[in-house]
Amino acid sequence: MNKPRKTPQETQAIVESSLRRRYWAERRFRAYGMTAIVAALTFLVYLFFVIFSNGIGAFRQAEIRVDVFYDPAVIDPSGMRNPEDLHAADYQALIRASLKTRFADVDGRAATRELTRLVSGSAAFALQRNVTADPALIGTTRSEWLLASDAVDLLLKGHIERALPEAERPVSDQQLAWVDKLRAENALALKFNKTFLSSGDSREPENAGIWGAVVGSFFTLALTLLLSFPIGVAAAVYLEEFAHKNHWTDIIEVNINNLAAVPSIVFGLLGLAVFIGFFGLPRSAPLVGAMVLTLLTLPTIIIASRAALKAVPPSIREAALGMGASKIQMVSHHVLPLALPGMLTGTIIGMARALGESAPLLMIGMVAFIVDVPKSVTDAATVLPVQVYLWSDSPERGFVEKTSGAIIVLLAFLVVMNTTAVILRKRFERRW
Amino acid sequence: MEAAHVEHAGINLKPSARLHEESPAEAPMEVGKTVGNIEVEDPIFRCRDVDVYYGEKHAIKKVGVDIGKNQVLAMIGPSGCGKSTFLRCLNRMNDTVPNARVVGSIVLDGKDIHDKKQDVVQLRARVGMVFQKPNPFPKSIYENVAYGPRIHGLAGDRVELDEIVHNSLQRAGLWEEVKDRLAQPGTSLSGGQQQRLCIARTIAVNPEVILMDEPCSALDPIATARIEDLMEELRQSYAIVIVTHSMQQAARVSQRTAYFHLGDLIEVGETDRIFTNPRHKLTEDYITGRFG
Repeated sequence: MNKPRKTPQETQAIVESSLRRRYWAERRFRAYGMTAIVAALTFLVYLFFVIFSNGIGAFRQAEIRVDVFYDPAVIDPSGMRNPEDLHAADYQALIRASLKTRFADVDGRAATRELTRLVSGSAAFALQRNVTADPALIGTTRSEWLLASDAVDLLLKGHIERALPEAERPVSDQQLAWVDKLRAENALALKFNKTFLSSGDSREPENAGIWGAVVGSFFTLALTLLLSFPIGVAAAVYLEEFAHKNHWTDIIEVNINNLAAVPSIVFGLLGLAVFIGFFGLPRSAPLVGAMVLTLLTLPTIIIASRAALKAVPPSIREAALGMGASKIQMVSHHVLPLALPGMLTGTIIGMARALGESAPLLMIGMVAFIVDVPKSVTDAATVLPVQVYLWSDSPERGFVEKTSGAIIVLLAFLVVMNTTAVILRKRFERRW
Repeated sequence: MEAAHVEHAGINLKPSARLHEESPAEAPMEVGKTVGNIEVEDPIFRCRDVDVYYGEKHAIKKVGVDIGKNQVLAMIGPSGCGKSTFLRCLNRMNDTVPNARVVGSIVLDGKDIHDKKQDVVQLRARVGMVFQKPNPFPKSIYENVAYGPRIHGLAGDRVELDEIVHNSLQRAGLWEEVKDRLAQPGTSLSGGQQQRLCIARTIAVNPEVILMDEPCSALDPIATARIEDLMEELRQSYAIVIVTHSMQQAARVSQRTAYFHLGDLIEVGETDRIFTNPRHKLTEDYITGRFG
């Protein structure tokens, strides 16, 4: 106890001897931090590299240029220009005829079939659309870029090994020769893939598009935001500003925190049982998806909003009340505007999570194969992450790059959404 | 009930010397025995037997005092003595504190402010408050002052509102400094200007009483002097109650002074008398600087 007091020199010596250790500890800690950041960045860069190198091909699609003679004998034998006749005509025959004109040496049914397989089965619909749009085409010859089949597309993108024996690759030697000839004549090229960005899902990789899922995601998330933000903010404001603090509010608070940790698929089951089973809402609809995702994001938004409300200085509340503002005036004029940026941050986090959710949506049928682009929130739809899941599960080789392409679109959607939210938040941000 | 305190008026209680020095918690202080004259003629506020509890804690005990029109009542006392608590009773700001309970009668103009018929919003429009830390709203200077008239609907149109803002800033002595930048945020002003903005904001709703809770404790001496001058002017139209830790300030600005100690109102009287001739030992010790 009664040690003699240290002299200043002794004290200094002790301090000095510990200095090296202290600085070393600091340097070590910095090194840990740097390592962690570098590791995280490396993984991120690798991830982006893999996704982009795999997915960028999805945005380009092989197309074949063919001089198509819109043969009146095939399209409109009656010469009446009857829309029903024009619609029902055998456009596949036009393509077959055009290809045969191009490769005059091809003979026999088998060879002709092989030749027409260079072009996608959906190319006929493109011709049909052309004629429907402009019947004057009938009788003329026009050079058309037709969608190539997925095999040609993969070959062009280098996903098919030419060295393999003929039986083991999806393109025959004969087709290889045609492709090379077309290529040499600049009649076969990779073009920007409009289909991918403008149409719905398909069983054929070359026809499969992401737009249906984008619209589905948009409907679902817009509705989620519309439902969860007002409900979440209102709940947070009530709990934080109006509710009496008693064991009931404690129980509610604990349960909200618990809800934030519930696995998302459980919300899907709940949605299936309540919204679809009990209330009889349509299956696979963005409306139900949004309601399920609202349940999922509400806890996040409520917790973040309450934290934001707590962070508003009490002096502002006192100032407002002291001026004779009623409680609701205090909240709406002063507290809410100050808490809004924090609330938006919580909402961004919640919405980003909702955008990436697939498990709960599987439960309510948003995993169905849907070709049409949804037009309303009650139409059957799917969403981007579910589309990624569906494509990743498809056996066709062509869906591999579609999967990565869909991920790129999903990431772009996320970036656009978050940027909008951040800009919005910036606008509301105020100093005090 | 109200007459119960009159008998103490002017009676000098026997001071108990060891009361404060050894263990104030054990002090056998008699509740409600305020020394000095708690009454004034034609008061705006008449408070009797006011007790405040924060949960189990008995924050102020049986406080009774009148607040006169057109005068400044200064409330002094060591930290935690209950002067701010009492101040916050006068516009029912204690309502916002969970577990706070106020009993006793606080009568404003003949009506108890705890009466069911008394609306708290209306009360706070009549009894304005300026806080310890300047707390302008994070809005423009104009909006800060216009806020009160706006929510109470005091201005019929924009012209009238402009006039109220102008007059209030003028009276708070801030007009000349801010007239060219009314659109700038109130928080961009200096501390002293912010506090005068808060005063302007308070007088914009034309209250009858202004409560000030250590309004100068965060300000430098020059800003303090300006606010003190302002109080002298405002006293012509309003009753002012100020809580302050500075006895010099109390002596400078107030006509009456109340000394609080551990939740009791020890002594009330004319400021000149309190500072020259305190009758209670605790008051004397405090104002002579022996503690506090």
